[in-house]
Amino acid sequence: MGNDILRLQGVVKSYGDFLAVDHVTFDIPKGVVFGMLGPNGAGKTSLIRIITNITKADAGQIWLDGEPLNSRHPEQIGYMPEERGLYKKMKVGEQLTYLARLKGLSAAQARQELTYWFKRFDIASWWDKKVDELSKGMQQKVQFIATVLHRPKLLILDEPFSGLDPINANLIESEIRELASQGTSIIFSTHRMEQVEEMCDHIVLINKGKNVLEGRVAEVKQRFKQNLFSIGYEGMPPENLQDASRIFDLKKNEGQHLTVHIADGADTNDLLRYLIGHNVQVRSFNEILPSINEIFIRRVNETVGS
Amino acid sequence: MDKLWLIIQREYLTRVKKKSFILITLLSPLIFVALFTVPILVTLFAGKEQKSLLVRDDSGIFVPANDTSANVSFVVAQEQLSELKRTYKLRGFDGVLHIPALQGNEDKLKLNYFSEKQLSLSVVSFIEQQVAKQLEAKKIIDAGYSEEIMKGFKTDVGIEQEELAFNKEGQLVETGKKNSAELATAIGFIAGFVIYIVLIFYGAMIMRSVMEEKTSRIIEVIISSVKPFQLMMGKILGVSAVGLTQMLIWMVMTFVLTQVATAFLGVDPSAMQSSMPMQQPPPDVIASQAGAVFEAITSQNWSYILPLFLYFFIGGYFIYASLFAAVGASMGDDMGESQSLSLVAMAPIILAIILISPVIENPTSSLARWASIFPLFSPVLMPARLAFEPPLWEVLLSMVVLAGSAVFFVWLSGRIYRVGVLLYGKKATLKEMVKWTFSRE
Repeated sequence: MGNDILRLQGVVKSYGDFLAVDHVTFDIPKGVVFGMLGPNGAGKTSLIRIITNITKADAGQIWLDGEPLNSRHPEQIGYMPEERGLYKKMKVGEQLTYLARLKGLSAAQARQELTYWFKRFDIASWWDKKVDELSKGMQQKVQFIATVLHRPKLLILDEPFSGLDPINANLIESEIRELASQGTSIIFSTHRMEQVEEMCDHIVLINKGKNVLEGRVAEVKQRFKQNLFSIGYEGMPPENLQDASRIFDLKKNEGQHLTVHIADGADTNDLLRYLIGHNVQVRSFNEILPSINEIFIRRVNETVGS
Repeated sequence: MDKLWLIIQREYLTRVKKKSFILITLLSPLIFVALFTVPILVTLFAGKEQKSLLVRDDSGIFVPANDTSANVSFVVAQEQLSELKRTYKLRGFDGVLHIPALQGNEDKLKLNYFSEKQLSLSVVSFIEQQVAKQLEAKKIIDAGYSEEIMKGFKTDVGIEQEELAFNKEGQLVETGKKNSAELATAIGFIAGFVIYIVLIFYGAMIMRSVMEEKTSRIIEVIISSVKPFQLMMGKILGVSAVGLTQMLIWMVMTFVLTQVATAFLGVDPSAMQSSMPMQQPPPDVIASQAGAVFEAITSQNWSYILPLFLYFFIGGYFIYASLFAAVGASMGDDMGESQSLSLVAMAPIILAIILISPVIENPTSSLARWASIFPLFSPVLMPARLAFEPPLWEVLLSMVVLAGSAVFFVWLSGRIYRVGVLLYGKKATLKEMVKWTFSRE
C-alpha cells in the first residue's frame, strides 16, 4: 500500500439515472506513467474529477499516498483538464502566481518556481504579456507550467496532446518524461493509443464506467498475445505449408514475410524445425505482440457484446 | 480561508486596475458635475444674446420692463403697425410686438409678434407675464382699488406637518420634528433607484465574470484548487469591494468638484434651480424656502435612515449577486442565446422598481407593506419607504426576512453554480437548475 500513490476501491458515481463510474477499482504505483484509457464518454473525466476533489464519489474509497482522500489533497495534485483555459485578460506572470498560490504556495515560493520554469522554457519576456496576446502554442506552455509549478506528487493530464502542435507536443512529452524520472506519478488519460504505448508503464482500460482491463503494459500485451509470429525469409516463398496445420497455420505470406499462428501443443522450436526442414532460408523471427490499440478495440467490443 | 482571500484579491485587483474602471470612475463625477454646471454656464454666457423688440401699443397699458435679468428689451414706437413691420429690420430690431386696443373687461388677450425669426419659449412667457401683470394692474385701478390694497389681499399658504408621538405617560405630544411629503418622496425615489442601479450594474458584472470563466474553461483549473463555493463567494465579495471603492472615490470627487465648482462659478449648485431666469421670486422668499428645505432635511432621522439603507443595500447585494452568479454559471457558450436566462435574476428587480411609484405614493398601503417585506423587492422598496417612517415591526420583519433570504439565496446559488460551471455547451433550463440544487456533490 505504501508503494501506491493512488488506490481506488469500488468507486461509484452517477448523474441522475446515468451510471458514469461503476465500481472501479485499481491501484497506481508511485513514480509510474499510468495510462487511463477509454472511449469518449467512458467515465474517465468523471473519475478524474473525483480524484481531484472536484466532485465526490457516491460510494467507494480513495487513498492518495496512503491517506484517505481529503480536501487538502488537491494541493498535491496537478491537473490539466481536457477543457483547459486561462484568464485571457490577465498577465502571464500574475496569472501563474495566482494559480500557484491557490495551490498553497507562498508568493515567494511561487516566484521561485516561476523563475525556474520561465528560464527552462526560455519565455522570460512573457511575464507582463496578457494571455490573449500569446499564440495558441505559447498559451499551451503557460498552461503546462500552471499544472506543474507547485511540484505535485500526482500529475493528471487529460488528453494532454490534444490541440498541441508537434513542437509543443515534443516539448511537453519530454517534460513529462523528466518529471516521471524525478519521481512524479503521472496519470495520462487519453483515447490515443500510440501515445500510451510510447509513454505508459501501466494502463487501466475504462469502458462504460467499468474497469475492464488493468496492468503493466508489457504484461497486458503478453496476456493478450495470440501466439502470432513473423518470419522473414530469403529466396522463393515456401510452398505446401498447409500440411503443417498440426504445428501452425499460415495467416499471411507477403513480401518475404510469413505470419503464422502456432497451434496449441506446438512451440517455436517445432515451427523453426519445420521451416528449416522445408528449406526455408530464415532471416528473422519475431513474436507479434498485440498493440494496445488492438487490445483496446477487442476489449471494448467484448464488453459491448456482453 | 486563505484561498478565499486570494480570490477576493484577484477579483478586486483585476477590475480596479482595468483602464475602463479607472475611466468610468473618474469620468462619472465629472459628468455629474457637468450636469449641474453646464446649464448654469449656458445661462451665464450663451443666454446673453439680447432681443430688442419694437412695440406698437394700442392698449395704452404697456410699460417697458426695466428688468435686466431678462434678455429682452422693448422700445415703444408711435408709427403705424404696417410701417413698423416694413422698417424694424433697418432700424436694428429683431421684431415687432403688437398689443391691440382693449375692448373692456377681456379675460383673453391676443398679442401679435412679427418677425423673420421665432421667439424662444422663455422670451414668449416673459412677455406674456409682463403684459398680463400690467393688464391686471390696470383692471385693479379701473375697479377703484389701489395696487397697494390688492397686495394686502394675497396670502401664501403652506402646510407644515408636525410629528406627534406618544410620550412615557401615554399622551400624544409634539416631537418637534417637521415632516415633508416632498422631501420624503425625493429621498424614497433616490434611495430606491440608487440601490436598483447598483444591484443591476454589479450583478451583471458578476454574471459576465462567471460566464467568462466558464467559456474560457479556466474554471476547471480553478476548482481543482478551490471549492466552487469559495470561488463564487470570492467573486461576490471582491466585486462588492470594487463597488465600495468606486463609491468612495465618487463621494470624495463629488465633494471636491462641487467645492471647486462653487468657488469658481460663485454659484451653489443646489440653488441652481432658483438661479434660472424668469419667475424669480424675491430673495426673502428664496431664503425662507431654502430655510424650510434645510430644516426638513436636517430634521430627517439620518442616523436611522442611513444605516438601514446600508443594511438593505448589502442584503440585496448578496441576494442579487448570487442570483446573477448562478445564472452566469447556467449559461451556455453562446452568450446571445443565453441572454434570456438572465431574466431569472432581472425580472424580480425590475418588478421592484416598477412598484416603487405606487409604494411611495401610498407608503402605508398593504401593497407597500408586503412588497417591502418580500425579500426580492425589499432591498429597493424598504429604503424607498424609510423616509415615511414605516412602523418598526415592519422594518424589523423585513430585515429578518432579508437576512434569512440572503443566506438562502447564497446557498441556493452555490448549489446551482457548482454544477453549472462544469457543464459546457448548452444553456441550462430552469428545470435543470432546480435539479442541480438537490443533486449530490
